[in-house]
Parts: sequence; structure tokens; C-alpha cells
Amino acid sequence: MADLTNNFIGIKSPNPFWLASAPPTDKAYNVYRAFDAGWGGVVWKTLGEDPHVVNVSSRYSAHKLQSGSILGINNIELVSDRPLQINLDEIKQTKKDWPDRAVIVSLMVPCEEQNWQQMLQRVAETNCDGIELNFGCPHGMPERGMGAAVGQVPEYVEMVTAWCKKHTRLPVIVKLTPNITNILLSATAALKGGADAVSLINTINSITQIDLDTMAGAPSVGGKYTSGGYCGSAVKPIALNMVGQIARNSETSSLPMSGIGGVTTWKDAAEFIALGAGNVQVCTAAMLYGFKIINELCDGLSNWMDSKGYRNTEAFRGLAVPNLTDWQYLDLNYKIVASIDQNTCIECGRCYSACEDTAHQAIAMKMGDKGKRTLEVIESECVGCNLCQITCPVPNCITMEKRETGKSYMNWTQHPNNPFKG
Amino acid sequence: MASDRKVDIQTHRLSDDQYQQNFSDVKPALTAYQAHIESNRCLYCEDAPCISACPTRIDIPSFIQKIANNNTAGAAKTILDANILGGSCARVCPTEILCEGVCVRNKDPEYAPINIGRLQRYALDNFNPSEHPFQRLPNSGKKVAIVGAGPAGMACAHHLARQGHHVTLFDKNSKAGGLNEYGIAHYKMQDDFAQKELEFILEIGGIELKTQAELGHSVHLDTLRQEFDAVFLSLGLTKCKRLGLEQDNLSGLENSLDFITDIRQAEDLSNLPVGNKVVVIGAGNTAIDIACQTKRLGAEQVTLVYRRGVDNMSATHKEMEFARQNGVAIITWARPVSIFTNNKHQLIAIQFERTQLDDAGKLQSKQEHFELAADSVFKAIGQEFDGQCFSGSEAPELLHHRIKVDSDYKTSLSNVWAGGDCIYHDGEDLTVQSVEHGKQAAYSIHQYLEQQSHG
Repeated sequence: MADLTNNFIGIKSPNPFWLASAPPTDKAYNVYRAFDAGWGGVVWKTLGEDPHVVNVSSRYSAHKLQSGSILGINNIELVSDRPLQINLDEIKQTKKDWPDRAVIVSLMVPCEEQNWQQMLQRVAETNCDGIELNFGCPHGMPERGMGAAVGQVPEYVEMVTAWCKKHTRLPVIVKLTPNITNILLSATAALKGGADAVSLINTINSITQIDLDTMAGAPSVGGKYTSGGYCGSAVKPIALNMVGQIARNSETSSLPMSGIGGVTTWKDAAEFIALGAGNVQVCTAAMLYGFKIINELCDGLSNWMDSKGYRNTEAFRGLAVPNLTDWQYLDLNYKIVASIDQNTCIECGRCYSACEDTAHQAIAMKMGDKGKRTLEVIESECVGCNLCQITCPVPNCITMEKRETGKSYMNWTQHPNNPFKG
Repeated sequence: MASDRKVDIQTHRLSDDQYQQNFSDVKPALTAYQAHIESNRCLYCEDAPCISACPTRIDIPSFIQKIANNNTAGAAKTILDANILGGSCARVCPTEILCEGVCVRNKDPEYAPINIGRLQRYALDNFNPSEHPFQRLPNSGKKVAIVGAGPAGMACAHHLARQGHHVTLFDKNSKAGGLNEYGIAHYKMQDDFAQKELEFILEIGGIELKTQAELGHSVHLDTLRQEFDAVFLSLGLTKCKRLGLEQDNLSGLENSLDFITDIRQAEDLSNLPVGNKVVVIGAGNTAIDIACQTKRLGAEQVTLVYRRGVDNMSATHKEMEFARQNGVAIITWARPVSIFTNNKHQLIAIQFERTQLDDAGKLQSKQEHFELAADSVFKAIGQEFDGQCFSGSEAPELLHHRIKVDSDYKTSLSNVWAGGDCIYHDGEDLTVQSVEHGKQAAYSIHQYLEQQSHG
């Protein structure tokens, strides 16, 4: 059986699943329930200086599919709105009661070295396992010069990281904001500042919806609204991309990463790890389904690892990184075509709509006896775009099959049409 | 069989609650949540098979998609544009052999079609427009007579009225609606829906309703053809087929449709007398309706007898299943040969002979007999067109004992069209089919009237 124990920059936990710094880790009561359920660690909801912040009523909103499934949620909650000492006392007690679990403390302090120094001293007394610098929070706090306001300026990231490394012996994880144009700039800054690791991504600036009766967005606070931080399944592709870019960049590839962003199933977690993350942090999925999902996360990951013969997460960590490349190096002579399994096809014609209206007219819909419809791929027209496979409602009915072109590997840098070809 | 046997036909067989329960909506409306789940199951197929399977060609994926994105009014209009009687069709259509029968989600391995009928009902039940959703064009000055205010007649009337023509809608009964009013199982259509739907149809304007006006009696085809620019006949099938066992003064051998009408029109079902032992002869949906309803009125034993096998029954498998769930016993391969009466000329039993197919595939007697004691026997062996209505007028040509029409629903008479069950046609005798006849005939009549204006 696969060994799920995790060692992330020296912080040990029984599995690679931590709860991210967010409402689920707001206080000891929640954290104890999470540990009871089996979570490997928590990043405590971000602590700030006293006097504590004040939150509004009406805090979350969702972006749903028409079917009602949730794509993502956003929130406008600030950092912990409890007095600092209560949090510190609870953290200390939690670590004492759950010594085998990772307890990380997330911090957001005004951009002055002495403020950070004082905060770090108090946090160290909790015996927590590490700190995470919240440079990502996109709502509310940036208006006060904190959170994403720091994370969006690489120089600040480096400076504050360096202060933290100077004033604490605890491992320092820098949490990165995705609300930037190039994640490598902030990752490099964290590295230069001496960060032990980065965690990414924080939430994304968003407005999930407008109530067309009140003309207010959500969450609506008395008819007014503000940009919130978007998270959940929908942000996973964005997070994976940023993790992948850091992993394949020579300067940052050695920087340990804690993967965050829409992790809902064990497969999501495995994907982050395959792209180089040392562990993952989860929030939205727990908020939507409760802490019990940790069973499915651990069990699914473990069974998949067993099926592949991976003894621990290090055995497959980063394996997807070498295959991530620039477009210009993709093989232009690689060819796939769609193939429709007539035995499982239910004749809905969705593939036909997609291909005929919006792609390459490579599917024929033939009418037979008694209303029987046959969907057939016209291979000569098929460019292998995958759209029919994506639209097909029946699992594995449409597969993309490789066709030998007889031509050897050729990428854009070698292609005669490339005006910049060497 | 003892000739002094008493017949057990009684009212008040059940408690008030039981009547209430037995005759409540058998397929109640979906809740908003159910409609949300169901509408989101639709795959929004390309050139969807459900559309072709609907005789009125409702754009089903489109209206379901509209329900799914909270545009119920749009859904309702999509339905009504193709089928102005979409509300009654949603309740009575045998969807299992129409739209739902061909739904791609009805295929292996899912076998769970979208519940199209109930989504249609949901859209229309929740449609409360401030004004009629269709606008009538300016008055054309043309007049059309429609005889028979059943589904075909009502659909035809609405489509012609939309085009600005003036329609006079005649019906022999005191209430319009045809089989929707008089011939549908009570639990399939409730709350006076047939009349409500009629009112909705009349809202378009330009339709004058004349009830208790029967063709061949107070109204004559020749006169209508002279007084109106065009005539549409939607007369239905009003004559019950004969079993060959009918006798004068005999009580206990009934026409199913008459009793179905009694049930529909009853103000208090508990006052409706019903036999304790009931035999139904036939195997169409009317047979199922009468069998299930007599059972639900409290008959202890209801037996449906059919001269052929299950595969030959015209009732759908879903209707048959419904009959079994209602506790109706089904006997196949037997036909009635004689009846027994008591000394009061009341039917007390019926004798059947077993049947089989001979080598040529023809039905023959097996020379075996059995008897079923019965307080009532209901005939549900089909209805016939009654040509008596043309007496004194030039009659249109018939085909297979029904009115012959061409592909435009035009009869052999110059300005007369026909549709609904009274015509000979390829499809089944269904409400939705009649609606389509009425609609198509209206298109043809409109074209004819236009040509007359411009000719």
C-alpha cells in the first residue's frame, strides 16, 4: 500500500492534504473536526495585528452551471476577525493536542519590518510548524496596503520574505497571488528573499454574477458589492498552469511548492503533484462537502498510486514537468483523428453540431431506417481538434486515435512557413 | 347460471377519501426543483428525434433548454406555437410511443428518457401571460365553419383566427372540447382543464362558439358550404362498434365512452353506480381507461378480455402496466360468444370462446369455452364514423368508412376540409395527431382563402 506520509520542507504530516488558510481553519473547533476527519495539516486562517478586522454579512457567492453544479465560489471575507491572542492560544493548544499534524500559521502584517518582527516572535511561541505569508488576498486587504498589494510587487515580496527569514527560524512559505501577468516574477522574488517554499494560487479577482432584479453583484451587502476572491474547481486549470510554469523554469524549478486551486478530488491532487507540487491545500471542496472528503482524497490517491506502483508521492512528483513545453516545440507532424464507437453512440448528434457549426465539418450524420442515425467521422477532414470528444455525453464513445503520417518530428522552429526559422 | 341472480351495481362503494385519492391527478405537475433536474438532463440533440416523433413537431430541446435557463414563458410559447393544445397533450399523449420513445436517453444502457410530457406540462402550468401570447391579424373578411370543437377543431380554429379569419365553431354537445371534455380518463385531466384550455384558445378572438348544434340536425353541410367560405369537419368517431351480442332492453352491456363521459361529468363520483364484477372487452387505451376507472370506483374484480395476444394490443405497454398496477386482470386469446341474463333482463355473465391463429394467421375458435360472472360488461372495441350527419347534404367521399382527405386535409368537396379521428389517415387516433390535422388543414384553408382574395 502506498505511503501517503508527507514531508514538505521538513514539515511532516500523515498525508499530503492540508486545509488552506480560509474559513475552515478559522478556529480550533473547526481545526479539531478537520483533524478528527483525517486531514494532514492546516494553514490557520490568516492572523493580523490587533485591533482585529471586522467582516461584513453576506460573504460568499457562487458561479454555477445551469444544472446547479458549482464551478467556483468567491468570497469577500478578510483575515481572521478574532483577537490575535485567542488565535495564538488556540494554535498552541492545537499543536499540543495534535503533534503529528502540520499546523502552519498564515500572516498578514503591515509592510514594516518591526511589525513583522513582533508578530513572528509571538507566532513562534505557539510551536507551530511554519508560517505562510499571505501576499495574495485580493479583496479588502490590498486597500490597506497588504495582501495582494504586496504580492503584486516583486520587490515587496522579496523584501518582506527576507524580513521573515531574518526574524524567525520557522520555515517560510510565500503564498502567491494569481492576479499578476507573470507568476515567475513573484516566484523568483520569493526565492531571492529566501523563501523555503511558495504556495499557489491564492484567489482570483472576480464578480460571479449580477442579480438582474437588484442590479447588484453577489455577495450583495445591502445592494452594494465588491470584487471577491474566486476559487474552486474553475480555477484549477489556472493554478496548474502557474505551478507548471514555476516547475519548468530553470531559476525556480528547485523552489518547493504547495499546490492550491480547486483541488476537489484525489486526481486533482495527483495532477498538482505530477506538476511538481510537494503537497496540496484544499479549501472550497471542504466548504462545499465537509471535512469527510478527506477519506475520498486519501483513498483515491492511495489506490491510484498502488495501481501505478508509486510507493510515495515523491515517486511521481514532477513527472509531468518535462513534457510541458513551448508551443513552438510541439510536433507538427503528429496526427490524431476522432473515432466514434457505434456500439455506445446514443445518436444525440452533439458531435455533429459541434463539428459542423464550429469546427471542420468532419462528421457526417446519416439517416437510416426507423429514425436510426449514424454519426461517422470523415477522416480526411478531421484535424484532431478533440471538440467532438469533449461534447460527447457518453464516456469513451469518441476516442482520438493516432494516425501514422510517415513524417518525422518537425516543430515550428523547423517549419518552412516560419519566417524566423534559422 | 341462475336466472334469479341479483346484479351488484352500487354507488358509494368507497369512502370520500378513497374517491379523492383514486381520482386525483395520476401524473401530477412537476415541482420547480423537479423541472430543474429534469430539464438539465436533456442533451439538446442535433436535429432531435423527439421533434420528428411529435406529430405537431414541437421544438422540444428548445423548450426544455428554456425551462433550464429560467425562461418558462419562452418555453410555453415555443410549445403553443406548434401545438395550441400543448396543455392537454402534455397530459394525455402516450409519450412512451412518441417523443419519449425516441429520446436518445431511452437507449441502452440508460433507458431513462427525459420526462418530456411532464416538462411540457410544467412550462404551460407556469405560464400566466397578461395577454394572449399570439396576435390575431386584421380581419380578413373570410368566414370559416368548423364542425366539432374537439382537439382538431379547436386547433384549426385558433390557427385560422390568428390569420384574421372569422371562425364559427359548432359542436353538438353542451360543452365544447370533444374527447378532451368527454372522453379522457378522469385522473389524466383534472380541474376542468378542457374548458380552461378552450377559454385560452378563444382568447385570440374571432372565434364564435355554437354548442348544441349537431350536423345533420340543426346544422347542414350544404348550408354551411354556402354560408361560409370554407368548412372544416372534425366530427370524431361517434358510433360504437357492435359486438353482435347486443339485445333490446338488455341492461349491463355498456359502451365504454358513455361511462367515461359519466365519470368525467360526475359532480360526485360516489353517486356513480358501478358493478362489483366488471368485464371489459377490447385492448386499446379506452379499454384500459374504463378498466382502471371502474376498479378505482370500487369494483372488486375487473377483467379485461382481448381476442388476440399482448403483442397485438393497441394500448401502449405503459398503459398495460398501469392496468396491472391497478389490479386489472387481463385475459388474452378469448372472444365473447354469448351473454346470460337474469329474469330482469340484466346481464349476469358472459361466455367466451378461446381463440388462436390458424396457419394462415387468421383468428379461429379453439372450441373451448369459459364464463365470467359480470355485473357490467363494457365494450371498448373501437368507434366508427357515423355518416348520418351528412343526410340531406352532399356527402364527401369516404375511404375505409372514414372521410377521405388529400395531403392538405381537403375532402372531395370543393370547400370542405376534414381532420381528427373522422378522417382516414396513416397515424394513430391521438389528441396530438388531431391537433396537427387541424393545424395543417388551417394552413391549407388559409392558402385557399388567400387565393380567393387575390384571385
